[in-house]
Formats: sequence, C-alpha cells, structure tokens
Amino acid sequence: MQVLVEADRLRKTFGHIVAVDEISLKVAKGEVLGFLGPNGAGKSTTMKMLTGFLEPDAGTARICGISVSERPKEAKALIGYLPEGAPAYGDMTAGAFLRFIAEIRGFDGSEKAKRVAAAVERTGLERVVEQPIETLSKGFKRRVGLAQAILHDPAVLIMDEPTDGLDPNQKHHVRSLIAEMAKDKAIIVSTHILEEVEAVCTRAVVIDRGRIVADGTAEELQRRMPYHNAVAIKVDAAHVDAVASALGSLSGVQQVERGAIQNGHAQLRAIPKGGSMIAPEVAAILSERSLPVAELYVERGRLDEVFRKITSEEGLRHHA
Amino acid sequence: MRNVLIIAKRELNAYFGTGLAYVFAVIFVALTGAFAFFIGNFFERGQADLQAFFQYHPWLYLLLVPAVAMRLWAEERKSGTIELLMTLPVTTGEAILGKFVAAWAFIGFALLLTVPMWITVNYLGEPDNGVILTSYIGSFLMAGAFLAIGSCISALTKNQVIAFIVAATLCFLLVMSGSDLVLNFFRGWAPRVLVDAISSLSFLTHFDQIIRGVISLSSLFFYLSLIAFFLFANAIIIEQRKAA
Repeated sequence: MQVLVEADRLRKTFGHIVAVDEISLKVAKGEVLGFLGPNGAGKSTTMKMLTGFLEPDAGTARICGISVSERPKEAKALIGYLPEGAPAYGDMTAGAFLRFIAEIRGFDGSEKAKRVAAAVERTGLERVVEQPIETLSKGFKRRVGLAQAILHDPAVLIMDEPTDGLDPNQKHHVRSLIAEMAKDKAIIVSTHILEEVEAVCTRAVVIDRGRIVADGTAEELQRRMPYHNAVAIKVDAAHVDAVASALGSLSGVQQVERGAIQNGHAQLRAIPKGGSMIAPEVAAILSERSLPVAELYVERGRLDEVFRKITSEEGLRHHA
Repeated sequence: MRNVLIIAKRELNAYFGTGLAYVFAVIFVALTGAFAFFIGNFFERGQADLQAFFQYHPWLYLLLVPAVAMRLWAEERKSGTIELLMTLPVTTGEAILGKFVAAWAFIGFALLLTVPMWITVNYLGEPDNGVILTSYIGSFLMAGAFLAIGSCISALTKNQVIAFIVAATLCFLLVMSGSDLVLNFFRGWAPRVLVDAISSLSFLTHFDQIIRGVISLSSLFFYLSLIAFFLFANAIIIEQRKAA
C-alpha cells in the first residue's frame, strides 16, 4: 500500500478557535477518502493545510513523502486541488483559463494543447470553452474547476465539496469521474452529503470540532448503527403476537420492537445480537410456522443517522 | 522566471479583456495632455521642453496608480482565486512579481501613448531630448514605486475601496514628505536627522531633479529601493496571511 497523502497531527487555530485539532490520516493510492463532517468541523481548513494554502500551527502534511511546508513547490506540483466553490478567474474564457493552468503546470506547445483538450473532454466542457467563466452556470463553473484540478493527471486529488449545489445529473457525472480516476490516485473528497460517501468513497473519515471521530468504510460506519442488520417485518394485525413470539424464540435475536398498528398492519423489528445477519433464520421460522408476512427487509442502518449519532454524541461529551 | 512571465501574461490579458486597459489609457493620456496645456501653460511658457507635461505626473499617479494596484490582491482574496493561485506550483515571490510586472508594463504602455507630446515639442522647437528621455524614465520609476505601495496595501484587505484609499493616502504623504504639511508634524519633537530623512523621502524632490535632466544615482536608488522594499513587505503580508 503506497501512502500518497499523510497528515501528521495537523493543528490550526484562528484566534481562540481551534479549527483543526491534531488530525492525523493517511490516504493510499487507489483510495477515495470521504471527508465528512458538519459545517465548520474543520474539513476545509484541513484541506487547505494539505494543499499548502494555510500553514499549520503544528504538525506536518506530506504529499508523496514531500513535506508541504518545507518543499511547497514540489508538493503542490503533485496535487490537483478544487477549492470550495471552485474559484476561477471570471473574466477569462474556460479555454484560456485552462491554458494558463497548463502553462503554470509546466506544459508547452502541443503537450499543453493536448492536456487542455483532454481535460475539457473529460469534464464535458466542449460547448463552453470559448465562453467567459463568469457567464457559465454553476455546474459548468464547477466542471472548469475540476478540469483545472485533473489537467496534469496528479497523483493526489483533493476536492472540497465537488458536488455542492449541482443538480442530480451533474452530481452523477462528477461521481463517475471520481470513480474513473480512483484507481491510480489518492483522492480526498469533502462533503456533507452522505449518499456521496456510499456512492464513491472507499473509506470515510468523520470529523467534528476539528477532531477525527470515526474512520472506516461506509460499511464499518453503518455497523455502528443500533439497527444495523435488524429485520423489519410488516404483518397483519391479527398475527402480530404469533410473529413476535416466533421472533423472540430465535437465539440470534436480542430484542423485538413493536410499532403502532396502522391500517390493520403492525410493524415489528427484530434486533440481532451484535449486529449479525439474522434474516435467513427469521425467514425460516416464519415459513415453518406458516405466518403470513406483508413485508420483510433488512435494515442497513442509514449513514446519516450514524453521522448524526456520532457528531451529536461527541457534542454532548464535549459539553459535559 | 518562467512562472513570473506566465502570471504577468495572464494579468495583462485581464487588463485588456476587462476594458480596464482602455479606460485607464484614455484617461491617462487625456489628463496628462489637459494638465500640460491648461494648467502647465505648455504654449505660453514658450519653451521647447516637456516640463509642463511631466510636472503633473506625480499628481496624476496619485489618483490612477492606486486604482490599478487596488485590485492586484484584494480581488484575488475577494473572489477566492488566491486559494487557486497559491496552491499552484508557484512561489509567493513569483506571484507578486508577475502581478507587479504586468501592472508596471501596463502603465508603461499608457506612458508610451503620450509620445505625441514629444513629437509635438520636437516639431515646435528643438528640445533637449536627453532630458525628455530621463524624464520618461523618472516618471516610469515613480509609477513603479506608487504601484509597489499599492500592491502591498492591496494584500492587506479584500476590500478594493479600502485598498485604494489607504494606498492613495500613503502615496500622497510620500509625495508631500518634503513639504511643510508633513515636516511640521515632525519638527516639534523629532530630531533633526529624522526630519531630514523624512524630507529626503519626498517623491517630488527626486522627480523634480529628474525632469530637469539630473538623473542621479541616489534618485534611481531611491525609487528602486522603494519598489524592492514594498514588494518585500507584500511578500511578508501574503506569507503572514498563510500562517494566520
């Protein structure tokens, strides 16, 4: 596993406010790291330190082993960065802007033209290349920012809220672009949209109040949910007691929750011991006792509930 | 060096792309002409030189150069492009120099557009063209010093109006530092050496010498060191913002 991005106890304060409090993380080649957190958690500040825009008060950021604060120019050459809001020189046309970036990135002549054309094609900018950036829609502006970030095919790609404010089609496009490039890069994507983590990230880090509060795959995060792998069942009100006792008799079931009766149907939820998979046993016992079921599904534990749980628990502990 | 030129090229394109270049050039040429003819009494003096023309450059620069300089960094901060620029593989020095060189070259271009004045005076009489050349050089250097001050101030704020007012005031004080307006403030309490030092900072004194044809080493050094000093301060401010 080749580590391309490394943050070592990064810390940043603004006056009395600790924006980032000793964040350490590693991102390897092939990983897409989702950087999650409520607004103001320190996501952007961390990214600004990784890309060399802000100097950390303490700690080091390394890109491919190169210290960002000691050898900034070399480190920055390896990064593609999309800052929050995708800033660009509005008076330039998309094409002129990308040519400027290509020149700064060290490309000349035909190589420059090739790089710009490739980035334009990848981000679907062909139609607007000759338009001033300030006249473009939000979606296209974001794509110009993306094109700028991937133009030099960087080893490390850091994107601050790349899909914020885009419509569903555009979001899908950006996500598939990220997935396409993931293989041979280390990618960090900050977001507060959880579906994005499930869609593109191989790993998620949740930060809150400048600290990492969770680190793992989307799957691992979901496992922290109490209802993970719980089996939800909808049955006719007449069979409610029978089904409940059948579920209660299973060894893998820790608890059976009963919901209110609505339109003659009742909702039951079997919560497994230790989050194990109990659906086969549940299905088996119900058919064995020939109990009719209207609906049966396995709950995965929704990521945004995990997120709320983690960040609000942290908040409570913080205030205690 | 390569990066300085790339950034300068982008900046220059922005001047011409946004129309700023045309507005500035037209107003600069019109005002220098108007000052020379109506206030400087170019014809009535009956002398074949351009003193009447150059004499008002410090006052024009006072208004126009901070207007060019105010956007250099304040606009980058406001629009967030500074984050883009400073995360590209360029050093702070390259970015500052690139922007400065572009703005300076652009003012030089506006200055070149006043060449018809030179043609006129050569048509009317036989001026000392050596003096006119040193005056052009002196005027260009002075514009550079104003610009460096403006660039430095612009890095302090994201508000272009503030950048303009502060830079214009600072430039005004430097222009006037040889006059009683500034010196009387210090005379009461400051030692003689300091008063003399402040008085020697005067843009006007140095510029007056130059447009009389005396381009001394100390005047050259004065303007060039001012430029270097304020661009260096500019770099410190940008770096400081990174750490803050």
